[in-house]
Amino acid sequence: MLKRLHENSDRKKVTINFEGVQIEVLAGETVAAAVLAAETDYTRTSAISGVHRAPYCQMGICFECLMEIDGVPNRQACMIEVREGMKVNRQHGARGLSDEVSV
Amino acid sequence: MKSLYDLVIIGAGPAGLAAAVAARDFGLSTLVLDEQQIPGGQIYRSIEKALTENTPVLGKDYFHGQKLVERFRQAGADYLPEATIWDLGRDLIVSCLVDNQARQIRARHILIAVGAMERPVPIPGWTLPGVMGAAAADILFKSCDMIPEGPVVLAGSGPLQLLVACRLIDNGVKVAGMVETNGFGDNLKALPHFPGALRVPHYLIKGLSMLWKVRQAGIPAFRNATNLRVEGDESAEALCFDARGKAQKIPAKTILLHEGVVPNLQLTRLLGCEHQWYEPQRYWKPVLDSWGQTSVNGISVAGDAGGVFGAKTAEAAGHLAAIDISSRLQALSAQEKASAAAPLLKERAREMSIRPFLDTVFPPGRQALVPPGNETLVCRCEELTAGQIREAVALGALSPGQVKAQTRAGMGPCQGRMCGLTVAEIIAASRQVPLAEVGHLRVRPPLKPITLGQLAKLEIAE
Repeated sequence: MLKRLHENSDRKKVTINFEGVQIEVLAGETVAAAVLAAETDYTRTSAISGVHRAPYCQMGICFECLMEIDGVPNRQACMIEVREGMKVNRQHGARGLSDEVSV
Repeated sequence: MKSLYDLVIIGAGPAGLAAAVAARDFGLSTLVLDEQQIPGGQIYRSIEKALTENTPVLGKDYFHGQKLVERFRQAGADYLPEATIWDLGRDLIVSCLVDNQARQIRARHILIAVGAMERPVPIPGWTLPGVMGAAAADILFKSCDMIPEGPVVLAGSGPLQLLVACRLIDNGVKVAGMVETNGFGDNLKALPHFPGALRVPHYLIKGLSMLWKVRQAGIPAFRNATNLRVEGDESAEALCFDARGKAQKIPAKTILLHEGVVPNLQLTRLLGCEHQWYEPQRYWKPVLDSWGQTSVNGISVAGDAGGVFGAKTAEAAGHLAAIDISSRLQALSAQEKASAAAPLLKERAREMSIRPFLDTVFPPGRQALVPPGNETLVCRCEELTAGQIREAVALGALSPGQVKAQTRAGMGPCQGRMCGLTVAEIIAASRQVPLAEVGHLRVRPPLKPITLGQLAKLEIAE
């Protein structure tokens, strides 16, 4: 859905895991952008009808980019930068209640 | 990090940065909280890490922000990036989440400089992947060096739509159509405001050169477009609309919607500040005095969060707010205040003189305000259509709050940021009353998601 303008810029490469697949992205990219640049067509399914959705505003307003990042659901993927080893999954429907509450 | 600051500024765009620099000049202890990783706001987004290859396309108006960010970095203000504000009270306590830690910070004065957001554009199919705000595409370019997959169609109205079109052209993206919902009639209506716009001719020249670029690129252009809808099964495939007296269809992979920008009111609404309705662009804005002070003690607003006037105006407004706050906190005498403010007041008035013209040439399209069909999704989170909102009104709901109680519109993760204006417009149109009579959704904390675990570990302000 998105393309990098300068693939060969001197920015550091970072590997993240998206839906179980290792993908190489560039440091400084947001999770939402990095995932959309990996030929991904959607980032979550909607809470009511389960249809495909993708980020709309890219600035933290619309909450369409909600994803599961490092095991935590309901994270705004457009507001978070990629980090080496990060685990990213699509969020399916509304977030469920987690088994354990970490305090 | 202190637990009490003279001034806490929320937002590191032009208004917040200018305010921080000035406040430090007057000796105030200052903290800037911002949601992004580096300063600049959306207009100067990622300016410290812009690639040199992108310099020509980003242009000199963007790089104006560079000096501002540099001055901010040297000003000695404390700066907390990646801070999510989830509550703000009249007791001037800011509650935020930073690096998984919830904390509270006290202020003697608070400046809200959170800017604007793109007006949501509810048309059939706008929830399909491949549809984004035009500003979203620009943010991806500035922050991530990315462009959307072509062919791209831009639809709506506003100077930003034109700017985004030009940047796409410069970046070699295939633009398959420029579909404007405004038209020649709006140009005529704006004529009386033209003399005012002449006070800042460089904006007019920039506008004309952008129009020229779009024309030279040979992009099919339509005006007065109505009945817009996005077609596609799993993702966007085409934009359909009516123009030039017949049905049109432009195939596209990416459709960028834009109907202007509106102030981000989450914080001023939460605080219960007095707001007023701005008819030309049909949005609410907080009532401010000429220094940016709101109706709530200790709370000021600068920049687009107080009404959309652009980056240069925001910078002057931020500076003026800092002068006023410094004088309220006795860091500045009345005489010093007046002499420091005089050139800025002039500068701000000059910068603002383009707005009546722009706001009339680019009105938000009627379809985006009140979706005519019942099938259009209005609340993206709870998946409610315009028809369901109308049904609630028919059953007696008089306000967005009552529609929310009946339907859940505004109860999803975005908390009404995306549907609030539309729901109010639909109610006003259905009841045939002025929008101001309908009111708005009530904003409640937490403004952004926070887990119970994070809340339990909150460091409470004394």
